[in-house]
Amino acid sequence: MSSAQVTEEVIRPPQPPGPVKWVQDNLFNNWFNSLLTVILLPVVFFALVNVILWVFTTADWRPVTKFPMLFAVGQYPREELWRVGVGLSSIILMLGASWGKWGGLLRSISIATGIFFAFFTVLPVQHPALDLSMRLYLGLNVLLLLFGNWIGQKKTVKGSYIVIGWAIVPFMFVFLLTGLEGSEFIPSVATTFWGGLLVTFLLSAGGIILSFPIGLLLALGRRSTLPVVKVFSTIMIEGIRGVPLITILFMFSIILALFLPADSRIDRLVRALMAVTFFSAAYTAENVRGGLAAVPNGQIEAAKAVGMNGFQTMLFIVLPQAIRAVLPAIVGQFIALFKDTTLVVIVGINDLLGIGRSVINSDPEFVQLQMEVYIFIAVIYWIFSYLMSLASNRLEAAMGIRTRL
Amino acid sequence: MTDSSLDPIIICQDVHKWFDDFHALRGINMEVKKGEVVVIFGPSGSGKSTFIRTLNRLEEHQRGRIVVDDIELSHDVRNIERIRMETGMVFQQFNLFPHLTVLQNITLAPIWVRKWPKDKAEKVGMELLERVGIPEQAQKFPGQLSGGQQQRVAIARALAMQPKIMLFDEPTSALDPEMIKEVLDAMIDLAKSGMTMLVVTHEMGFARAVADKMYFFDFGKIVESGTPDDIFKNPKEDRTKLFLSQILQH
Repeated sequence: MSSAQVTEEVIRPPQPPGPVKWVQDNLFNNWFNSLLTVILLPVVFFALVNVILWVFTTADWRPVTKFPMLFAVGQYPREELWRVGVGLSSIILMLGASWGKWGGLLRSISIATGIFFAFFTVLPVQHPALDLSMRLYLGLNVLLLLFGNWIGQKKTVKGSYIVIGWAIVPFMFVFLLTGLEGSEFIPSVATTFWGGLLVTFLLSAGGIILSFPIGLLLALGRRSTLPVVKVFSTIMIEGIRGVPLITILFMFSIILALFLPADSRIDRLVRALMAVTFFSAAYTAENVRGGLAAVPNGQIEAAKAVGMNGFQTMLFIVLPQAIRAVLPAIVGQFIALFKDTTLVVIVGINDLLGIGRSVINSDPEFVQLQMEVYIFIAVIYWIFSYLMSLASNRLEAAMGIRTRL
Repeated sequence: MTDSSLDPIIICQDVHKWFDDFHALRGINMEVKKGEVVVIFGPSGSGKSTFIRTLNRLEEHQRGRIVVDDIELSHDVRNIERIRMETGMVFQQFNLFPHLTVLQNITLAPIWVRKWPKDKAEKVGMELLERVGIPEQAQKFPGQLSGGQQQRVAIARALAMQPKIMLFDEPTSALDPEMIKEVLDAMIDLAKSGMTMLVVTHEMGFARAVADKMYFFDFGKIVESGTPDDIFKNPKEDRTKLFLSQILQH
């Protein structure tokens, strides 16, 4: 059966055309394409040159560079900043460990992060935010990343340890940020002081992590044979999908507070998190439901025939296949959630965009420079959205190997 | 192969099944003894697949009684799960789990249903793959195998639960002709090992080689039954003669 036994003349595939040939064949193959090329090439060239010139000469980046910490953490008390630092460093350490254990995209992300920190450690500019202690902290993070990598490569450190670490870090981070009432060491910091990228990340990461299981349960509930569960899930999904996110934000921020007794007020950041979580969960539920419908009945029969019960069948056979089928849609939903968190500005939470707006309004001179601020924010959003998109592609490829042929 | 002194392991009495108004099974009576190989054949829509699927409750019968390995099939979920542990099933469309490797397909149920340790399940799984002749495919995914190999994995998966009865629902109908033999060989090997088997098939060569008893189904009823010799040499019913002449001609 193996082709190695066949001793025939080996025929190689033809070489792909070189770049010159490609340009001839595709850009100058007839008079119309040649004309288009001649017209569009200068247009593209000048557009590119102008963008680069604007970024490096015309644009005034002072509103962005003047308050870097404001963009990063908002009004979080500067003397308590070390708590954000410890939280960030523990994430860096986990990232390093994951890089050492699994490599792949995590390796690229780790290296990019390391270069980012190293760049600001040695950046030869005078800036009040970039004093010696900050530079030391940034440099320490590069070392932590490498230390994590060293730990992750150890055979004795199992992948499950790293997963457990990732599960603990968010709780520790939020606990550190919140602090304890009356504590000397970590006094509590009201969420009104939190802001910037920190809040954007908390809302999106929290929304993604929480909405996935809720969405999963809603999807299963909608397919349930129990009428109460089915009706409840359907009402939740359709009710949430039927209104804009902004309505849900208002509902959780204002109306929820009216119904609850005054002394049991839920924190406003938590209310915003609940709003984005439920909003995202409803869409995730519909995506997962589509995946559930795509699993052939024969799979369920085969699972039953070997004696698995309903729960085992769902957990081992149906859900893995359903989620794999709709992974791109779910990640798309998460990217949308990440960008949608900008709406919390409307209920008075200073996320990245909110900080941007207050920076613009803080100085009459900066009002003229809002373009720079918005472009800066857009680039940050783009980087993280693109990272999620890349992660999704890698995940699909890893799962796709199993469906080949 | 038959040990007639043993009690029947499957008893069906007056089994009826409707799909809405369509009367799919119209009073099936059958007894299968331990170690017997039973071949069920008949035209499509005759209810033979429906019948074999009632034996492990993939279809629910609505009248009559079915007793498998001294457990009566009822609405009691525990009874159903016990019977499913004792019966393995092989499907026409293989129904392997595409997201799991070949070995994981085989070990999943022993680990989670029989609660075997992983090492034991994998050892038994590899032995079964040796038995069906494809141990080298253990780490591949089902989509990377040929149809015949997939069906042999499906047989190994069913055997991994160490069932007392094996049900085959047209196991070779979805296969290319050149792959039918490798699957039939695995089934013949299994029959010779003394496994109780119910096989819905049109492979008359298989029936001739190993069947102890044959049942001809038509319109939801058993038209005729007997040993392969009875059925092939002197079929009594005209319907059986006609059907046999049609499938044996080509």
